[in-house]
Amino acid sequence: MISRAWLMDEDPATRAQARAGQAWRLARDLSRNPLAMVGLAIIVALLVVAAFAPWLAPYSPVEGMLTNRLQPPSAAHWMGTDELGRDILSRVIHGARITLYIVMLVAVISAPLGLVIGAVSGYFGGWVDRVMMGLTDIFLSMPRLILALAFVAALGPGIENAVIAIAITAWPVYARIARAETLTFRRSDFIVAVQMQGASHARVIALHVLPLCMSSTIVRVTLDMAGIILTAAGLGFLGLGAQPPLPEWGAMISKGRAFILDQWWVATMPGFAIVIVSLGFCLFGDGLRDVLDPRQRSKS
Amino acid sequence: MIRVDDLTVRYGPSTVLHNVGFAVAQGESFALVGESGSGKSTILKALSGQVDDWSGQMTVGGQPVTRSRSRAQAAQVQMVFQDPYGSLHPRRTVDDALSEPLAIHGLPDRDARVLAMLDAVGLARRFRFRLPHQLSGGQRQRVAIARALMLSPKVLLLDEPTSALDVSVQAEILNLLKRLRAEQGLTFLLVTHDLPVVSFLCDRLAVLRAGRVVETADVAALRGRALTSDYGRELLARSEGMA
Repeated sequence: MISRAWLMDEDPATRAQARAGQAWRLARDLSRNPLAMVGLAIIVALLVVAAFAPWLAPYSPVEGMLTNRLQPPSAAHWMGTDELGRDILSRVIHGARITLYIVMLVAVISAPLGLVIGAVSGYFGGWVDRVMMGLTDIFLSMPRLILALAFVAALGPGIENAVIAIAITAWPVYARIARAETLTFRRSDFIVAVQMQGASHARVIALHVLPLCMSSTIVRVTLDMAGIILTAAGLGFLGLGAQPPLPEWGAMISKGRAFILDQWWVATMPGFAIVIVSLGFCLFGDGLRDVLDPRQRSKS
Repeated sequence: MIRVDDLTVRYGPSTVLHNVGFAVAQGESFALVGESGSGKSTILKALSGQVDDWSGQMTVGGQPVTRSRSRAQAAQVQMVFQDPYGSLHPRRTVDDALSEPLAIHGLPDRDARVLAMLDAVGLARRFRFRLPHQLSGGQRQRVAIARALMLSPKVLLLDEPTSALDVSVQAEILNLLKRLRAEQGLTFLLVTHDLPVVSFLCDRLAVLRAGRVVETADVAALRGRALTSDYGRELLARSEGMA
């Protein structure tokens, strides 16, 4: 039986209740932030659209009728049609899948990588720290899009390679954050205490250091989602990301560029999609930061 | 139980301990007394393996202290820290803190042991799944003591365990420590600048000044104000001036 009182109980009786109570408090704090809720709504909408794309889209995203090309927005085609007579709304809806795919993969690859490198580096210090942070700085000093471009150029265009390229350029930031966070408490008594109990370095890092770096990294990843979407769109725009006929938003804008003066909707509609989804991740990330930041949490 | 000979510790160019030596018998409670900067906490750090640059001999339970410690060695010596706010992981519950040493050493019956230890340190069982920020300073220090005792150590290093607490709570914690020592036959090595704490909890003491032991005495000498060194008498006078 899950009730409010059960969740808010100051003296939980089981481990599960303690965990549920903590999650509940977090969710409650988050729901009090209206902007974060707007962001969450946008992200949920993106998830729903991506999950049900084939059923939501009124037309095929890849097949069009050439007789129907470059139609302005109308009742039949809410966002108009593109240069091959394809329905832009359907393409934007299917594009949500690609966007989500890229964002998720990049987050899953780069966040844990950066987190572990940063935590290990901060925990051990000394030459380990110097070598690893030197490496991080090299990656950090290169402009993201340019580095991604170089990787794609080397690996060949395509979504998978775009994902790898973006992930390779995204992790140094997380490593830096995790290291900075680790440095603030690596000499703390609670770390010394577990070391004295005989815990291995791996155990200390995995169970005691990483959980404390987690919240700042989650916040940063959410805020970075917008940047990842933009980089993916940028690669698509340059023709190095998703390849036609895949309805990737950046590639769609790129195609619409040729008609931007006379048929504005071709480039504008996917542009709206990018802006709205980026905004959603930004707002949600901001809200998360307010809730998860340990400095804010200790006050309440 | 603890034997320290000729211990010298350097932090970079500065030497914080000069040829310090003392011995603590099994079941004895020994105090290291001195003002801040006298190097008394450094001795604890050296004994617990937190200091890299030291020379001399240290043995605990007959075994030499080395830079890397085995799990069995780790279980012998545990520590209670000065600051109850910094010594508990902010995101882990009391239960996590107490189960962790059992998990590291692969000991069975974790639930039963955790509950027994909560009872032993006088912490109500309903606090078991609380986070540190939901506890008072005294409760946290009880958790820290419980955590230190989970592995049934022989030696407990106490780094000013009551100085961050309110006076009334200090008395509770000191009584708890005294009772636990009697029950479990622990050897205490206490670091403090608080002489009344020493006369309450300890059998013998060493007075440290600027990284050197200036006097080793029985606690009876402290109670009778019969410390022989100038510095020891100075500390006594200051402590009485404050009271």
